[in-house]
Amino acid sequence: MTPAPGITLQGHAVIADKPLFAPLTLELPGGTWTCLLGGSGVGKTTILRLIAGLDTGATFHGTITTSDSAALSNRVAYMAQDDLLLPWTSVADNITLGARLRGETANTDRLAQLLARVHLTNHAHKRPTQLSGGQRQRVALARMLMEDKPILLLDEPFSALDARTRAEMQELAVELLADRTVLMVTHDPGEAARLGQQITVLTAAGLTDCTPPAGTLPRAIDALDTLACQAALLRLLRAPEPQDPAAS
Amino acid sequence: MTGSPRAKALSALAATGFALILWQLIVTLTGLPKFILPGPRLVAQAWWENRALIGEHTLVTTSEVLLGLAIGALLGFATALHLSTSRTARVLLQPILVFTQALPVFALAPILTLWLGYGLWSKVAMAVLIIYFPVTSSFLDGLMRTPTGYLDLARTMQARPARVLWLIRVPAALPSLASGLRLAAVYAPIGAVIGEWVGSSQGLGYLMLLANGRAKTDLMFAALLTLGLLSVALYLLVGIAARKLTERAG
Repeated sequence: MTPAPGITLQGHAVIADKPLFAPLTLELPGGTWTCLLGGSGVGKTTILRLIAGLDTGATFHGTITTSDSAALSNRVAYMAQDDLLLPWTSVADNITLGARLRGETANTDRLAQLLARVHLTNHAHKRPTQLSGGQRQRVALARMLMEDKPILLLDEPFSALDARTRAEMQELAVELLADRTVLMVTHDPGEAARLGQQITVLTAAGLTDCTPPAGTLPRAIDALDTLACQAALLRLLRAPEPQDPAAS
Repeated sequence: MTGSPRAKALSALAATGFALILWQLIVTLTGLPKFILPGPRLVAQAWWENRALIGEHTLVTTSEVLLGLAIGALLGFATALHLSTSRTARVLLQPILVFTQALPVFALAPILTLWLGYGLWSKVAMAVLIIYFPVTSSFLDGLMRTPTGYLDLARTMQARPARVLWLIRVPAALPSLASGLRLAAVYAPIGAVIGEWVGSSQGLGYLMLLANGRAKTDLMFAALLTLGLLSVALYLLVGIAARKLTERAG
């Protein structure tokens, strides 16, 4: 795989003539894990979906460019909070969905390899309904990796999991997603403090960068600087919203 | 519609028993002559005495209904698939589809008999016409309501539209198709019998008219009850198939 490209999103978005987010510049350095935090409705999912090339319901005025100037569209893989597994087909068929949807034959060696890496080899022929929430999310992770894309877009992928499973998933994701350009939208400051090589908080006023703690990923949950970063992020998230002059 | 199959069968049995008692009570209390309303015992007797005749006509109606159901379901399936892939087709054809449903099938029966003759096919056509709309519209409804998350995922995977249809949209719409087929199972016998009333020499509808004309009211009721049983059996069979479809779709 060639080095993962960086991405720059520059611009602002409006929904029905009301600003969704102010003019901003989001830089995703190539091969780096960026965590994007923010409260509900500030447009962090919109940013992720814009990069993914999906419908957002908002109008975006601006540009999305890559560091190597090549097109973005066939180089992204996407994972959402909902695992989006097709319940009528097997785990293996879900993982190879991308190839099947393009009419290609799936690489079975790669499938076997990924199944082993997400510890699901013995579940390959099961239906998703027979799996636990954590197992299902591991299938979704394998499906994203099966696509073998340099840019990975994760929209709150672990937020529906229980605390223990979430911590395990974070560790597994760090191991499997290394060297790719990752944008992870999350509302969990703890998750951002563990995983972000770059951490940025989106509010109505724009983006505020937050210095990530030292240490290699995944950072220890109980390390002092991880906790300090988590607290700093929480303060940023709880900062009072600037008053909308039009509203008062 | 809750409870175990056993409990369902028991409650169905109880309801049947209650209806039979009520029927007998009405006959006894009003003293209606048997050519107006025969009691359950007389009808059972007529049914037993004419079992060969009824069996023969049941076979005819059953084949009309099954053929109609198969053809109508296939046509409905194909139409919904086509409409789901083309916005232009939806805009152009949906009003026509609704209009065909607004026409009473009764009114079409004589024309169909004129075109297709007194035999099997005019009845099959009636059954097809009557079930085509429910199958088409419920399946189309399902096809148009694919969870958007699946479609987003497919989009990021650079999926081909035809593949999305077969691998995602059709499987996700199977429960809707199943509910359309359940309706079709109830409607198809109605279509076939209307066809038989308008012009035929065979079938349960024909037998009912014949018996009615000769004041053999007990035989008429026996044929009617057989038709009811046929419809219920069909509904149950399609219900099982529909449940299989829905389970497949998770």
